[in-house]
Amino acid sequence: MRYLVSVIGDRENPGSADRRPAISEFNERLMAEGYWVFAGGLADTDTATVVDNRGEQAVFSDGPFTESKEYLAGVWVWEVPDLDVALKLASEASKVCDRKIEVRPFL
Amino acid sequence: MNDAEEAVTRAHRKEWARVVAALTKRFGDLDLAEEAAAEAFATAVERWPVDGVPPNPGAWLTTTANRRAIDRIRRENKRDDKQKEAQSMHHDDPPEPLGAIDDDRLRLIFTCCHPALAVEARVALTLRMVGGLTVPEIARAFLVAESAVGQRITRAKAKIKAARIPYRVPSAEDLPSRVTGVLTVLYLVFNEGYLATGPDTDPVRQDLTTEAIRLTRLIRALLPDNGEVAGLLALMLLIEARRPARVSAGGELVALDEQDRGAWDTALIAEGHRLVRERLATGQPPGRYQVLAAINAVHTSARDIRDTDWSQVVALYDQLVRLDASPIVALNRAIAVAELDGPEVALAAVDRLDGALAGYHAYHVTRADLLRRLGRSQQSREAYDKAIELAGNSAEVAYLTRRRDQLG
Repeated sequence: MRYLVSVIGDRENPGSADRRPAISEFNERLMAEGYWVFAGGLADTDTATVVDNRGEQAVFSDGPFTESKEYLAGVWVWEVPDLDVALKLASEASKVCDRKIEVRPFL
Repeated sequence: MNDAEEAVTRAHRKEWARVVAALTKRFGDLDLAEEAAAEAFATAVERWPVDGVPPNPGAWLTTTANRRAIDRIRRENKRDDKQKEAQSMHHDDPPEPLGAIDDDRLRLIFTCCHPALAVEARVALTLRMVGGLTVPEIARAFLVAESAVGQRITRAKAKIKAARIPYRVPSAEDLPSRVTGVLTVLYLVFNEGYLATGPDTDPVRQDLTTEAIRLTRLIRALLPDNGEVAGLLALMLLIEARRPARVSAGGELVALDEQDRGAWDTALIAEGHRLVRERLATGQPPGRYQVLAAINAVHTSARDIRDTDWSQVVALYDQLVRLDASPIVALNRAIAVAELDGPEVALAAVDRLDGALAGYHAYHVTRADLLRRLGRSQQSREAYDKAIELAGNSAEVAYLTRRRDQLG
């Protein structure tokens, strides 16, 4: 079962900055245990562009699709047997990233 | 009620959870299990008065429900079997070797009380799937619209399926925290029954207290060595034992110090005390429910309010504060302190909780009572006003109103 695991950034309550070594170590463990599918940190939401080509021509707008104090800071995709395993790993991920984590199943 | 109807009612109480749990395990689908179980009981209502009650009602119901489920799958497979398979619920196969506690009903309970579900959803789902209550019954119990309850249950079942919440008893490592989650749901059901909210509802909802006790007994039978399960059962029994004395003929709540202790249910008290003694004998450090049960054992051991061993009650509250430092525990401790050290000491402790409990009716009830005992009538009246405004229970409002109007 695949889950999208989102790392939630919070502008008002940012977690500690240098989590990279801990995250790398955690990623290695995810790979060793066969859970790792994909991981990636994201650049700031200021760098996002929204594209809307539902009308006659494509419209590009600067910035994220929604402005909020919480934003997507990074993602994982995990392949695990069930939600219990995903939640257990996500609890560790939250500590490792010092941020909140959302776990959401793929269809 | 004739014999056949009675047999269906009895079977419903005894077998519902077992049938749903067995079907969920076999078909991996809570929806299907619930619908097929409901159809099997509906068939029993039709057939048993005509054909007679089968010698083994549980087996008859499981077989009938199985057939109904298979019929349903055949019908749906014709529509879209690929999708059906993709959505079927996941469970470990073979099950984890957990010996005595590997019961299908336990899997069902742990799934319904999964921490990834909202608390209201856990309560509704547990009452429906494990307790066998209908959606209208649950809606009435919690004074919410039937559509809201139906939606909660549907959404919860959909999440269990889509997010793949496993159908299994948690691992030994996770068991204590997961059992705590189950007990929280059962205690919520019990408390809503014992101090029901709403102007038009009975002040004590015996249907809910009975159901909570029944389900806790079931968990106790499945997890006999778990101290907190025993503790919660004892706690419920010792509170339920006082129910006959809790509401006056005039519909007013009767406080512990004014209750007719002769009306208490001695059989329930004996059973509760036995459980508390059993836990004490293990020598293991007690959890929250066991300490609460012990406090209630002290109260129910006194034939008269004046015989209450208040120093023992305060000592137990001290123990509880160490396990649960919440302001509500501190408030209840202060009520016991008032009996031991007087209302002035207690009031000082209660006033310190103002920030945390200003919106909680029991905080104002306690202040009103302590201020009354200290002869500070005007302040007491104000506290009663606030308590009446916040209280949701009709019998409690009647009691508080009388108390306020008796102030000099």
